[in-house]
Amino acid sequence: MTLLSIDWFLIIEKLILIAIIIFASLGIALYTTFAERKVAAILQDRPGPNRAGPGGLFQPFADGLKLIMKEEIIPNTSNKFLFVLGPALAMTAALMTCAVVPWGDKIVAFGRTVVLQIADINIGILYVFGVVSLGVYGIMIGGWASNNKFSLLAALRGASQAISYELAMGISLIALLMITGTLQLGEIVKQQMQPGHFWNIVYQPLGFLLFLICAFAECNRTPFDLPEAENELNMGYHQEYSSMKLGFYLFAEYVNMFISSVIMATLFFGGYDIPFFDEAAHANWGNWLALAGIGCLMVKVVLFIFFFMWVRWTIPRFRYDQLMNLGWKSMIPLALLNMLITGAVVLWLNK
Amino acid sequence: MGVTQILFWFLSALAIFSAVMVLVSKSPVHSVLWLIAVFFAISGHYILLNAQFLAIVNIIVYAGAIMVLFLFVIMLMNLNKETEPQKNLWMKLTGVVSGGCLLIVLISLVRQATEIKDKIALTNKGDIGLIKVLGKTLFSGYIVPFEISSVLFLSAMIGAVVIGKKD
Repeated sequence: MTLLSIDWFLIIEKLILIAIIIFASLGIALYTTFAERKVAAILQDRPGPNRAGPGGLFQPFADGLKLIMKEEIIPNTSNKFLFVLGPALAMTAALMTCAVVPWGDKIVAFGRTVVLQIADINIGILYVFGVVSLGVYGIMIGGWASNNKFSLLAALRGASQAISYELAMGISLIALLMITGTLQLGEIVKQQMQPGHFWNIVYQPLGFLLFLICAFAECNRTPFDLPEAENELNMGYHQEYSSMKLGFYLFAEYVNMFISSVIMATLFFGGYDIPFFDEAAHANWGNWLALAGIGCLMVKVVLFIFFFMWVRWTIPRFRYDQLMNLGWKSMIPLALLNMLITGAVVLWLNK
Repeated sequence: MGVTQILFWFLSALAIFSAVMVLVSKSPVHSVLWLIAVFFAISGHYILLNAQFLAIVNIIVYAGAIMVLFLFVIMLMNLNKETEPQKNLWMKLTGVVSGGCLLIVLISLVRQATEIKDKIALTNKGDIGLIKVLGKTLFSGYIVPFEISSVLFLSAMIGAVVIGKKD
């Protein structure tokens, strides 16, 4: 079926895939908020939310309902359009990254082979960087449009934190790219799946550590959650926000956490690769193999999300000057060193 | 009309509209935001030409870094229309005349350039804009200019640090 020389089936297929991935990301982020409260409760030796539903399972819906039902206040001195655009941008930027992630191998359905990736573009990792660098705008526009000096200061701090750690993140990944020789995320996963080839964490331990720390900083998670350091700047860049707009800002943090866990699992931990299992030898399993791969990716992601929470409820927050010192004086030199060593080793092995 | 053409007209209209809004907007912050929209439209054009690397670098460098710094400066200095000095009429007039001269020069250059005369842009195919080809070209044929420009960037960076350092 072609009309306007467009392959409509392809578009429908991609639309369904996009809808599934977006809703799955939002759903997982929704339950991440619940998991965060439960993990905090376990670490602090208390039961945690347990009233709504069995074991408190409906708690996230109750929270969401509460946020939506609250009164929505827009300060009348602020720019209304930008005030609404801020949280929308934060949320969009958080969700856009999932377009290039390979969620699994191919699935055959209704006679069509569906690749479980929205777009396997040539510049996969750079696309991720592009989207990450746009995440700053949600914070900055929201903070500025609130027309509140505290919001503005917090927004500028948040934005400078994000752009400082983007640098180290980029340089730490250059070393990985030297080894893989490709920017396509699908290709990177396939390389790690080959028998006899370990996951990239084995080749790039320092690169992974740097990337992990930068991911914490980019998601504004403790110990880097200065943009919302309530004892220093009231509440942060979302001080003037209420109701669901505040909800979107807070929720974007959880979506970011989920997506960065996926990216880390994909780049360094083999993505949808099932450990100690040769996928190529069991290709006749078809769809079940692909589903098992998705499940495996999700297990890795859940472990990462748990690590995010574990750190949050264990380590105190940095002071602002400590944060900047760590970013510029430790992370970037270490990332550069990692890049140089990797480059030298690659050259030496290829001589 | 194929997808490419629809996208081309949409992106072109978006780029021109946003560029006009950059000039017309009263508030500098709005101008910067419209300028970001221009960069996105231009990146869309690059993607239509299958120059993916150029498109994403345009977004990372211009929309993601330089415009953020613009916003920083404008927000910190708290520029708004009340404090912006009004230029007098003659200044505006000379600005329009010199801008128009530049436009004429550019248009005549594009019309007469033999390299692009009677050529049709390759859309959706051709791998000249892909990162592999681009990297090989940069590091073989154009290695000297590439390295010189990187040294230039480095010196600019060191210069900025030296100027910014309190003594």
